[in-house]
Amino acid sequence: MKKWFMLTLVGKDRPGIVAQITRALYEGECNLGEASMVRLGGNFTVMLMVQFVGNEQALDDLIGPICRSFDMRHHVDAIEGELLHHMEPDVRITVYGADRSGIIAEATGALAEKGFNILNLESDVGGTAENPIYVMTIEGVAEQGIEVLEEALQKLAQEKGLETQLEPIDTLIG
Amino acid sequence: MAVLDILVYPDPRLKQISKPVVQFDDSLRSFILDLEETMRAGPGSVGIAAPQVGRLERIVIVDISCKPKIKHHGRLVLINPEIISREGLAVGREGCLSVPEYTGNVMRAKFITLQAWDEFGKARDFQMERYEARAVQHEMDHLDGLLLLDRLVSRRDLFRRQTQEAASPQSKTP
Repeated sequence: MKKWFMLTLVGKDRPGIVAQITRALYEGECNLGEASMVRLGGNFTVMLMVQFVGNEQALDDLIGPICRSFDMRHHVDAIEGELLHHMEPDVRITVYGADRSGIIAEATGALAEKGFNILNLESDVGGTAENPIYVMTIEGVAEQGIEVLEEALQKLAQEKGLETQLEPIDTLIG
Repeated sequence: MAVLDILVYPDPRLKQISKPVVQFDDSLRSFILDLEETMRAGPGSVGIAAPQVGRLERIVIVDISCKPKIKHHGRLVLINPEIISREGLAVGREGCLSVPEYTGNVMRAKFITLQAWDEFGKARDFQMERYEARAVQHEMDHLDGLLLLDRLVSRRDLFRRQTQEAASPQSKTP
């Protein structure tokens, strides 16, 4: 029986990484699930659900040569995986400001205290080298309601000098 | 009345273009009652289009009156609908009875002017905004073989669009 693994990969970005890695997995009779692949600061990063009949070592052996050829580091973990059981976010939050240490910790700390469960977080550094700005978009579930999150974000804006926006997500089903 | 079977992607009928209704008769009205019952049986659904049950005719039903604090026109049967004008753009999250276990962000016009016929063949005009306009645009897409999968925007677009809109609230559809 095939089991689920989480394959993580990181290395210097260059064309062809995804095509060759997924080709090797396909030829090794793996089934691929949900994935997040993104370039971060010049590195290409992959988190990929892989369904495979063998154990961690066999998957490691399958992917090892191709990863080494791209000079990428990789890691395989056996996981409890399931598809088609998504959690729907009900809030989207944007936080931005002049870049400095502590923005994510302060923002997510304040939100976690009010029962916010993060499903997805993306952040970027923009602006210029002299004046970088930090921009973060978070989607998640407001387990204690939206009002307490709004209060927490207002406090964050006042005390920490960050710009914050909260927008409810009302998914339209049609 | 009966709850009809919902076609689910990749059923090829969902990608076809539907034909205009020409006969406004009892058989049409009987079908519309079934279509409405099917919509109301769907989990949280606020709209449905005839092609979603395999009838390739330009008929949609929208009813967002279950959503609190949102402007709406009540239960709407829209036959051979045409959007006369569009204004503004907004991103919102959508799901679809024909695409289970998936939701995505889709860009829609914020305001629309709509012309359609009701089930008795009476011409009607509407001005709609935001959530109701989104529901109508989602359902009308089904009449042209388009799914939310054909209109996805990435989360990175989301923040850029929001900030652009904040900067120029009068932005019009290109």
